[in-house]
Amino acid sequence: MSSPVETPLLLLAVLAPLAGAIMVMLSGRRPNLRESCSFIAAAVTFGTVVSLVKPVLAGQKLACHICTLLPGVSVTLRADAFSMVFALVASFLWIVTVFYSMGYMRSLHEHAQTRFNACFALALFGAVGCAFADNLFTLYLFYEIVSVSTYPLVAHHQDAEGYEGGRKYLTYLTATAKGLVLPAIVLTYVVCGTLDFSDNIRTGIFPSDAGRLLVTVTYAFLILGFAKNGLMPFHNWLPGAMVAPTPVSALLHAVAVVKVGVFSTTRVMLFVFGVDKMAAFNLGIPTAYFVSFTILAASLIALSKDNLKARLAYSTVSQLSYVILGVALLTPAGIEGGIVHIANHAFSKITLFFCAGAIYVASHRKNISDMKGLGRVMPWTFAAFAVASLGMIGVPPVGGFVSKWFLLIGAIDARQIGIVVVLLVSTMLNIAYFAPVVYSAFFGKPDDGHAYDGVKEAAPAVLAPLLITAALSVAVGVYPDFFINLIKGVFT
Amino acid sequence: MSVLWMHGHWPILSVLIFLPLAGAFVLPLLRGDGQVKLWTLAVTLITALLSILLYTGFDASTASFQFAENLPWIPPLKINYALGVDGISLLLILLTTFLTPLCVLCSWRAIGSRVKEFMACILIMETSMLGVFMALDFVLFYIFWEAMLIPMFLLIGIWGGPRKIYASVKFFLYTLAGSVLLPVAVIALYLHSPGQTFSIPALMSQPYSATLQCWVFLAFFVAFAIKVPMFPFHTWLPAAHVEAPTAGSVLLASVLLKMGAYGFLRFCLPMTPLGVAAFGPYVLALSIAGIVYGGFTALAQSDMKRLVAYSSVAHMGFVTLGIFVLNVSGLEGAILQMINHGITTGALFLCVGMIYERTHSRELAKATGIGKIMPIYVTGLTVFGLSSLAFPGTNSFVGEFLVLVGGFRYSSILGLLAIPGVVLSAAYMYRMLQRIIWGGTDNPDTSYLRDLNWREILTLAPLLALVIWIGFAPAPFMNLIHVSVQRLLEQFQAGLVI
Repeated sequence: MSSPVETPLLLLAVLAPLAGAIMVMLSGRRPNLRESCSFIAAAVTFGTVVSLVKPVLAGQKLACHICTLLPGVSVTLRADAFSMVFALVASFLWIVTVFYSMGYMRSLHEHAQTRFNACFALALFGAVGCAFADNLFTLYLFYEIVSVSTYPLVAHHQDAEGYEGGRKYLTYLTATAKGLVLPAIVLTYVVCGTLDFSDNIRTGIFPSDAGRLLVTVTYAFLILGFAKNGLMPFHNWLPGAMVAPTPVSALLHAVAVVKVGVFSTTRVMLFVFGVDKMAAFNLGIPTAYFVSFTILAASLIALSKDNLKARLAYSTVSQLSYVILGVALLTPAGIEGGIVHIANHAFSKITLFFCAGAIYVASHRKNISDMKGLGRVMPWTFAAFAVASLGMIGVPPVGGFVSKWFLLIGAIDARQIGIVVVLLVSTMLNIAYFAPVVYSAFFGKPDDGHAYDGVKEAAPAVLAPLLITAALSVAVGVYPDFFINLIKGVFT
Repeated sequence: MSVLWMHGHWPILSVLIFLPLAGAFVLPLLRGDGQVKLWTLAVTLITALLSILLYTGFDASTASFQFAENLPWIPPLKINYALGVDGISLLLILLTTFLTPLCVLCSWRAIGSRVKEFMACILIMETSMLGVFMALDFVLFYIFWEAMLIPMFLLIGIWGGPRKIYASVKFFLYTLAGSVLLPVAVIALYLHSPGQTFSIPALMSQPYSATLQCWVFLAFFVAFAIKVPMFPFHTWLPAAHVEAPTAGSVLLASVLLKMGAYGFLRFCLPMTPLGVAAFGPYVLALSIAGIVYGGFTALAQSDMKRLVAYSSVAHMGFVTLGIFVLNVSGLEGAILQMINHGITTGALFLCVGMIYERTHSRELAKATGIGKIMPIYVTGLTVFGLSSLAFPGTNSFVGEFLVLVGGFRYSSILGLLAIPGVVLSAAYMYRMLQRIIWGGTDNPDTSYLRDLNWREILTLAPLLALVIWIGFAPAPFMNLIHVSVQRLLEQFQAGLVI
């Protein structure tokens, strides 16, 4: 690979959300100006990220060195194919969410909207920073910024439930980051003398003579420590975080925060350990089976949840592990499937959460059992929900199909029939917990005939975003080439 | 020995030491509290500005003592007036000179009675603190070391809280008891040194017998461990911190605690390497115990000052851990962590003091949910709180990271044992921040509180800048200590061979 090209654009992409957060705070007394600031920050971020696509597709590695703390420890940004997938998805969906949350928060007359918007922008600052991190320290820095800046969003309602969810959130995420990731980073530094990621996915940074036990322990600490990836047994913060307002659940707990988790995990797998070393130390396939447990168990728990957001949360826990599973297979198709699922899952899952929020805004209903026949009053919302469900299940032409296709090929390439079975069983479970929601919404009969009197589709600011994201989750299924081509750059 | 001295300059160190003392002598001539405060602020600021010359004039490429002064003082006993600065003491001196004006600023309103005496105590404190870090003669060192006790005793005993007498006596007795053995060790070294000298550089790297080294190390250890304070010698600390006025707490936490660690670095490692090697593992065990114990105890506190005080026990555990793993990363991390602790914990005590001035209580429960009413205050508090839990991008992260690297280089088990302490620091700090900023569903009425005024913002701002500066670009600080640390390790390892 060619040597990295220094570009300040990377810094702009990362700092735009931070500047947005500051502007939101300063313009707090004027809601329209405040929301405009959010929008401008999101648009600038997305625009900057888009401007980086062309050079990255051309095979360039972009970098931006900011400061050096110690030899081998610095704050440095990089844009490669892998970071672009996540950065594009997160920054684009932020724009959509700005409109959605404006409609949602104003419809419900939520309090502290300035704090909400500022923290939202800060969380995106962290997420984009993670996407562009060039070493473990930078990744850890932005990872922790995401944890801290999302606490006020989870505890937003400031009631007992909100504080409890927030406490659990911070406890899980901080304890794993400090208790597992930090020692793993120190161990990596002690063994490798640097924290910089390698520039290809094969070699990793560990020396060949590194002790097997040491490497395995470091690896396990990192995989489990990035608990935002929702891996069991450290997944419980995510259902707890569902007390947050729905825009938070949608963008952060379906896209930005959880994807920071899987992105960090897979970044470390590919660029710290590397495919060759993971194969040599036999880390890949055991990881695939380890995450298979989360895939299946979370789906089973999702089946038992009547609260729509809780069911979606467990679905997220399950689906996130697809990404790690794909990469852990260590086959090209597996890695492609895993990475492209970051995008495909994002579009579909944000749609599902947007729908859950729209239902709550329009009818104040949270439980699936209370939504019988609601689809006839809110046809657009539930149509979008149905489309996104198909994406989760992996039905063509929605994006999820592409991910599952690659994942299955990857599993077959790796000669892991067990993983193929896991993917198929998990698909069955996906059908089992999504199909009834759609079915009962359109064909069920409400217990009380007048239950939906006066209920209509939510405001356009809420409805339009979910239709857009639903359309996009189909678009990435029909035209998967854009992301697939981008991901091909990971292999060069 | 002569290579250790550099001559041909004006006595900047003496000026720095005695300027505050001279300032204190002018105080009785002044009328009115306003004049007293302004004068003290001016003296401490001039001292701080002068100390910048140490930074700019310091040659980071050599480990020898710089700006040295050496005058015979009591020739028959070979006691000299010897001063000098190396990479280990320079940052501590700068920390002292920069924190003292902030202590004056934070006492502007908090101290209402006997202002003149209070400011005199602060100035005398500064003189003796600087003396401790600059002295290169054991007798001179010991004089400054003991001289510090008196103004600190008065600060706690006169301007302290409700249990000030108990706290000040406890502080005094503990530190005095620790210091009893210090002169014994010094005289033992004096008698066994070839030239019978009190010169600290000359006493380094002497071939003392292993038995003597072990006994001397133990005597040093008691004195320094109490000062640090290491678990289980820490019990004076919470009492003293809680009762002391804010300025006293800041000086205590930021500078006085560092003297124990400084003692380990300056005396134990080069003079008694065999003692260090023999007892080092036990000190490491006590450090780990202190880190975990301090963390758990801080987690259980409802008094903000006690919480910060116990967090100091944990943080200083990291410092001693870094010192006694005896490798470059550990030692550099320990020294940086001493500075970081001075900045961060000092700032946290200032923050607690600001709340105390408003609510007249240090109870967490009395100041919950003030985020909306005091946004500037909680922004500062959040940065210092995050720094205290070693959030990446703050000063403490760099120090803690280096200490952990040193710990893992020593042994992976040791490194892993320190990790629960790291997690605990996040637990108690996030808990405190959550309470103060958000609280719960039944917060007390705090609408009468005002946010920070300009004087208070000015007090915190320099510390905030340092937190971020060291957090992202520690090189200017690390460069100062690097050569001295390497030289110290060489001395230590050479001592082991003998």
